[in-house]
Amino acid sequence: METQAFQRVYTKIEQLTKATCTLRAQDVGNEELALVHGRLAQVVKIMGDEVTLQVFSGTEGIPTNAEVVFYGKPPVLNVSDDLAGRFFDAFGRPIDGGPEVQGEEREIGGPSVNPVRREQPSEIITTGIAGIDLNNTLVTGQKIPFFADPDQPYNQVMAMVALRAEADKIILGGMGLTNDDYLFYKQVFENAGAMHRIVSFVNTTENPPVERLLVPDMALTAAEYFAIDKNEKVLVLLTDMTLYADALSIVSNRMDQIPSKDSMPGSLYSDLAKLYEKAVQFEAGGSITIIAVTTLSSGDITHAVPDNTGYITEGQLFLRRDTEIGKVIVDPFRSLSRLKQLVIGKKTRTDHPQVMNAAIRLYADAANARTKLENGFDLTDYDERTLEFAKAYSNNLLAIDVNIDTTEMLNTAWNLFAKNFSKAEVGIKQEFVDQYWVNA
Amino acid sequence: MTNTASPSTGKVTGIIANLAIIKVDGPVAQNEVCYIQHKDTPLMAEVIKIRAGHAYAQVFESTRGLKVGTPVAFQSHLLEATLGPGILSRNYDGLMHDLGTMDGIFLKRGDYTAALDKERLWQFTPLAEPGAQVQTGDWLGEVRENAVPHRIMVPFKLEGSYTLKSIVAAGEYKVEDTVAVLTSEAGREIKVTMSQEWPVKQAVRAYVEKPRPSKLLETGVRTIDTLNPIVEGGTGFIPGPFGSGKTVLQQAISRQADADVVIVAACGERANEVVELFKEFPELEDPWHPGRKLMERTVIIANTSNMPVAAREASVYTAMTIAEYYRSMGLKVLLLADSTSRWAQALREMSNRMEELPGPDAFPMDLSAIISNFYSRAGIVNLRNGHSGSITFIGTVSPAGGNLKEPVTESTRKAARCFYALSQQRADSKRYPAIDPIDSYSKYLEYPELQQYLAEAIAPDWVDKVGRLKNILLRGKEAADQINILGDDGVTVDYHLTFWKSEVVDAVILQQDAFDEIDSRTPLARQKYMADTVLDICELQFQFDSFEGVNPFFKRVINQMKQMNYSEFESEQFRSFEAGLKEILAERKTD
Ligand SMILES: Nc1ncnc2c1ncn2[C@@H]1O[C@H](COP(=O)(O)OP(=O)(O)OP(=O)(O)O)[C@@H](O)[C@H]1O
Ligand SMILES: [Mg+2]
Repeated sequence: METQAFQRVYTKIEQLTKATCTLRAQDVGNEELALVHGRLAQVVKIMGDEVTLQVFSGTEGIPTNAEVVFYGKPPVLNVSDDLAGRFFDAFGRPIDGGPEVQGEEREIGGPSVNPVRREQPSEIITTGIAGIDLNNTLVTGQKIPFFADPDQPYNQVMAMVALRAEADKIILGGMGLTNDDYLFYKQVFENAGAMHRIVSFVNTTENPPVERLLVPDMALTAAEYFAIDKNEKVLVLLTDMTLYADALSIVSNRMDQIPSKDSMPGSLYSDLAKLYEKAVQFEAGGSITIIAVTTLSSGDITHAVPDNTGYITEGQLFLRRDTEIGKVIVDPFRSLSRLKQLVIGKKTRTDHPQVMNAAIRLYADAANARTKLENGFDLTDYDERTLEFAKAYSNNLLAIDVNIDTTEMLNTAWNLFAKNFSKAEVGIKQEFVDQYWVNA
Repeated sequence: MTNTASPSTGKVTGIIANLAIIKVDGPVAQNEVCYIQHKDTPLMAEVIKIRAGHAYAQVFESTRGLKVGTPVAFQSHLLEATLGPGILSRNYDGLMHDLGTMDGIFLKRGDYTAALDKERLWQFTPLAEPGAQVQTGDWLGEVRENAVPHRIMVPFKLEGSYTLKSIVAAGEYKVEDTVAVLTSEAGREIKVTMSQEWPVKQAVRAYVEKPRPSKLLETGVRTIDTLNPIVEGGTGFIPGPFGSGKTVLQQAISRQADADVVIVAACGERANEVVELFKEFPELEDPWHPGRKLMERTVIIANTSNMPVAAREASVYTAMTIAEYYRSMGLKVLLLADSTSRWAQALREMSNRMEELPGPDAFPMDLSAIISNFYSRAGIVNLRNGHSGSITFIGTVSPAGGNLKEPVTESTRKAARCFYALSQQRADSKRYPAIDPIDSYSKYLEYPELQQYLAEAIAPDWVDKVGRLKNILLRGKEAADQINILGDDGVTVDYHLTFWKSEVVDAVILQQDAFDEIDSRTPLARQKYMADTVLDICELQFQFDSFEGVNPFFKRVINQMKQMNYSEFESEQFRSFEAGLKEILAERKTD
């Protein structure tokens, strides 16, 4: 974005805080972009002729006589097919050494889709991971985060899911990504020969944190271009949304807003919902699916960020290390895909819902048995069998290294049922038992 | 409010997010509506504070690009709903603009579509004779809206008594045609059309009295109808952590409940959930009116979480106003709001922006009053003509961190009479609906009026039976605690029996598959049958030598009864599972 002739230039800043500067200026629009001392800034408040700007990279070193140039428009992204295969920063500027993208200029963070123009999501996304496909089936147009501790391999799992998902485009929105993780994604996509399907907007830990606030909107604006203009199936990966929320709280604290829970702004729910709700299925076939990462601090999901996220997204996926089998699994208890009922038993075999529920119920019984054991009580024969079942279930189905199709997952489950339980203990609708019970 | 000859105008002098500060050049009222003319787009806003000649307005749209100096036109009226035939089956935004007639894929700012179809002709039948003395809310005529008798009433805004001067003959009219002329006591003539406006934040009071509710409202959800029933004109709320099943439960109620009109306010929740209603309701059969589709009795008010925050607060009021309108026609209205916490959060965002003194968790100080005021608009009313109508209201609450000790839950608990607490633990173990049977309550169960109704409608000893079921659950929980502390063999077999009997109640009555066509809806007669069957089993004495046999035996009992729940009531299949159940019971039964 170069300075152009009609732009208004001011050189008298009246007030500076850590994140904002205030000056007198005329004819300025709300949310308009400006360049303050060469740094990008956005209008956050106008009172008479007093305009307050949020400077994304902070105000350190900005003098009161710094040059302030208003652009006359909010943040924009140039969209065209040339976005594919490219890497950009939070402002949509290339960071891969390539040229600026030519295309139609679109405002980021644009309006919402009219709900009556949405289509009900109905297309299954298969990943081969049973912890997802069997228990928490994903659907195009869905929004779902991984809730993970910082030391869990969520970026690896997410990259794997993205590549197996058969999306036309994968859009990566990296916020506070370490350089290593950034390079990891780049390499995985390159190795898979998928570069032509990838668009990335990256803010690494080396960039100012507040800049992150633009990343999801950039990624979603690109996603809307491909999903609406091109009717493509777009998968958006947002990692890590907790770092995004941290940036929100930095800004609101610096602007002296009253914090609500966990020093997050009171508008956290709306702020996050505005992004996640961009996930959509269109009638014409295009869709935007959002898979995000929300890192937890010491597993606490009551913290404002995971809590608000849970209320917005259509489920969540928990990763957990199962010490019994020494592998990372998708935890069947806290994980949930809200949209699974739109496809399971409809796009998959009809016994899917019942098999899924029965297996989880038995796995829960195993957890109870384990508690008994820990409390020093004797186990019943049934308890022993649930433990036996749980181990095999974890190993053959929940582990993230499993890669089989859904029918095979169901067959595996029926095998485990028959091996460990009676029909009544499994408690599935008679017609399915008649059809699928594996007689020894 | 006063109708000044020419409404005031003003100019924007400040903008902070969706709060606009406006210098006004004339009189302005609290909660007055205004339009901010941003280029060629009018942005609707509502005045929420007036200070030193400036109006503070919450803008129902994004304020991106808005500049100071922008002209503002005040409207001389509050935020209003437009009421008339043609509301049913429609999908509105929070301000009652018709989503279906908006252009394009995206919601464009300023695309304010009309609530009613002004061109459509309605077959009008007069219900009153010229010369009749009438008052606000009295029925003048009727049109058929889908299958609902939609009464055309004396407008709610009219106070005092009027004489019906003339009324049109039966025939086809548009909503804005004059169908009647009234003469006031002062001799002023008033033309009445089939549509009228009402300020959404004020309660409609076109009724004689609000008696105590006394009739059960059947929802088909066993854990509600059997254990903690809600009543026609009652209030209830469903708090629960995310993913515990609030929306699924509310949607089941919206499909199954015995109501004439169902209004669903999707308030700050997911768009995909609303789409589900849009897509499914036109296909699904109304269980109470065979041959009709659910959509025919439903109105959806959608302010999903990505839609403008300020309109979220308005959306619940819009929904309540529509409910009051249909109630005044003598109809049984069910109003559902998911989630009232989002509305409270919208209030919080605005109050913080205006730098008001915050109450607990930064919510506005008067949150509790606002919530009880809203709940108090529900209820059953007796109309002047002897008919009665009702609004049953059930709201969900999304407590931060799943902790029920937070301001919205606590305020709502004071206002609502039924409490359906969803438990994380039950949801985690897939015991849906996850309503905690022990913490939850229905205050109505203590009403003698309802007790008498239940005795007549279900069985003389029904309330007693409900008490016994609850008792079994409670004792089962105590037994489970003991077993957990002392170990399976540290207690007598009786503890195991007590526990497993409660598991039968849990599995057969409480748990219900909302996605199974048969199990999802259990009519009252069937609920009674299953409750009796379960109670009979719980009365039985069983013979076990050790605790080890108890679990497998009851698993079989439960499995057999679940199969009954999945079968058509009293079908051959149902009977055969029942016979199987008897055989299983006979194995261990002693007299
Ligand atoms: N009665 C039920 N039968 C079967 N499954 C259910 C039932 N109730 C809830 N579920 C399961 O739980 C999931 C979450 O339910 P729901 O969307 O109603 O939660 P919620 O409480 O509304 O959550 P949020 O506060 O995030 O909106 C559903 O997608 C479904 O998988
Ligand atoms: Mg919900």
